[in-house]
Amino acid sequence: MTVILGQLFTGVSIGAVLLLIALGLSLTFGQMNVINMAHGEFIMAGAYTTYVLQKSISSAGMSLLVALPVAFVVSGALGALLEWLLIRRLYLRPLDTLLVTWGVSLMLQQLARDIFGAPNVQTRAPDVLTGNITVVGGDDPLTFANSRLFILALAVAAVVALSLTLRLTPLGRRIRAVVQNRDLAEVSGISTARVDRTAFFIGSGLAGVAGVALTLVGPIGPTMGTNVIIDAFLVIVVGGIGQLRGSVIVAFVLGALQSVLEYSTTVSVAKVLVLVAIVAFLQWRPQGLYTLRTRSLV
Amino acid sequence: MAAGAAALAAVVALSACGAKTDAGGTSDKAAQADVGGDTVKVGLLNSLSGTMAISEVTVRDSLKLAIDEINASGGVLGKKIRPISEDGASDWPTFAEKASKLIREDRVAATFGCWTSASRKAVKPVFEKNKSLLFYPVQYEGLEQSPYIFYTGATTNQQIVPALDYLKSQGKKRIYLVGSDYVFPRTANKEIKAYAKANGMTVLGEDYAPLGSTEFSTIANKVKASKADAVFNTLNGDSNVAFFKEYKSAGLTAKGMPVVSVSIAEEEVKSIGAQYLAGQLTAWNYYQTTAGAANTKFVKAYKARYGKDKPTSDPMEAAYTSVYLWKAMVEKAQSFDPEKVKAASDGITFDAPEGKVTVDGATQHIYKTARIGRIGSDGLIEQVWDSGKPIKPDPYLKGYDWASGLS
Repeated sequence: MTVILGQLFTGVSIGAVLLLIALGLSLTFGQMNVINMAHGEFIMAGAYTTYVLQKSISSAGMSLLVALPVAFVVSGALGALLEWLLIRRLYLRPLDTLLVTWGVSLMLQQLARDIFGAPNVQTRAPDVLTGNITVVGGDDPLTFANSRLFILALAVAAVVALSLTLRLTPLGRRIRAVVQNRDLAEVSGISTARVDRTAFFIGSGLAGVAGVALTLVGPIGPTMGTNVIIDAFLVIVVGGIGQLRGSVIVAFVLGALQSVLEYSTTVSVAKVLVLVAIVAFLQWRPQGLYTLRTRSLV
Repeated sequence: MAAGAAALAAVVALSACGAKTDAGGTSDKAAQADVGGDTVKVGLLNSLSGTMAISEVTVRDSLKLAIDEINASGGVLGKKIRPISEDGASDWPTFAEKASKLIREDRVAATFGCWTSASRKAVKPVFEKNKSLLFYPVQYEGLEQSPYIFYTGATTNQQIVPALDYLKSQGKKRIYLVGSDYVFPRTANKEIKAYAKANGMTVLGEDYAPLGSTEFSTIANKVKASKADAVFNTLNGDSNVAFFKEYKSAGLTAKGMPVVSVSIAEEEVKSIGAQYLAGQLTAWNYYQTTAGAANTKFVKAYKARYGKDKPTSDPMEAAYTSVYLWKAMVEKAQSFDPEKVKAASDGITFDAPEGKVTVDGATQHIYKTARIGRIGSDGLIEQVWDSGKPIKPDPYLKGYDWASGLS
């Protein structure tokens, strides 16, 4: 029984990590239709931000807390810069954004290698996050890792913040308007260029927050972004492009599926089976779990 | 349908042939080392980027130290050694490519490096085809012997078997195997299972994660549920960071369920974080704390060059030693020619930091002392057991009945 509960928690925590890395992408890819291959490198930027802060702030807990907003701003600024320099010229050619941002991602990786060195680095997790809490005691105790609970809380907070922003703020309304019909939004007096840049800032900033969370799980390295970017795209595509709700559900379903399959088979086999399941699902529902209904013609 | 299948088979067969002839260039002629002038070039082939860089950069540094020391004392056969460093990038095809480049373009007299068995297996045909020498400095799974490779790290009976003997002597009978998904852990675990069967030990489970993988929560859950006495860890590279973080988070401790690692040395301990590893066990042939004048000198020289806080480790020591062994072989042979060097290798000795080592010409491995250590909270490893004297290398485990079915 504790094994099942333990695995369930593992599934949820894998889902939380997936959700965090996919969340920013759901804004830039989902809402704005930009295939940003450099999203993974924004995650990396967030992770390295944590590493840099830890060098100057001795308390691991404090540096982690400071890293969250700082990483958001650093990665967000990188994203806004990328949007301003390159992507805004390519909104009518979404497939070209793939090539351009892929090039940018390679440059960012090399930049990280030049600044921080090729070997991966690690951060110290605050002591409170290296332990665990016992949920059920006894001979066969059920424990939840504190770091995973922290990531879960972070993912939930990020989803809530993003969804409230999109739903309740003027900025959110403008973003939704641009997504649903760019031309109509434009003639209604919305500065679409400004909305694009702000949305890119937020989406990339969320990648930075994901990067901070990933430092609690594993090492930080120039290629860490490439390792997670595929998972992020899978979550978005299966969830339905532009659908926050879809991303949330799919992230947790994939997490649960991954953990169940890993437990009953092996890690490598589980990865293959998850991909097979995704392919099968997309055969059945090519548009993903949810779809956006708009009045635009495309 | 049948015709289609036949055509497919033909394509597969053709592409397989292509792969074979491509390995290491198209000519069968041995590449000649360039030994004219007053320098002799050697290749350093290590991953300077990617998941293995955490480990392999230190090996490259250590090789450079040995080369500089030898150059300072007059070089080899009156020639200064000129190292050519290449990055294998934790990618096996890149290793083969760079090995070929070192031999055929740079025309090096010998190459030092590689860490993972996968990279060694990738370069092996290149060195054999070009009849050039590789000095491989890392412990490995055994069951291999190439006429063009000198193995200066431990083979199975100098590391894995002593580690199992130690676990057995401590009453740890029920073990769980965790490793990276490639040749070394899979082969090592085959050997461990054969040993366990013959020695009354039980293997409760074995799990592999892709090299570079950082998601270990399920594996930690499985290990925890197994209630094993000990874990035998053959993970490579910085997957270890994620694994030990998860191990601690799951509430598993070195006291309750110790992990014996065969790929974590001082450098990795430092970057994983000693707080995650304190109390865990390692099996190697050398630690920074190993006693002896040669080691004191080595540690001092390394720290003077690369920094006070840089630890020394087993593969670094084996790499350092390998350069000196090559020098001794060349001087005995009075030639840089790989065939003559090989012929001169048997019985060559060197007072290495790990103690006196001797080359076994028949297997091209070296006699090494096995050492089990416990990781301290300061990040250094304290020896808790050693084999007393250097063990004769036995890469094919011929001396063990239980290993008869392995290949």
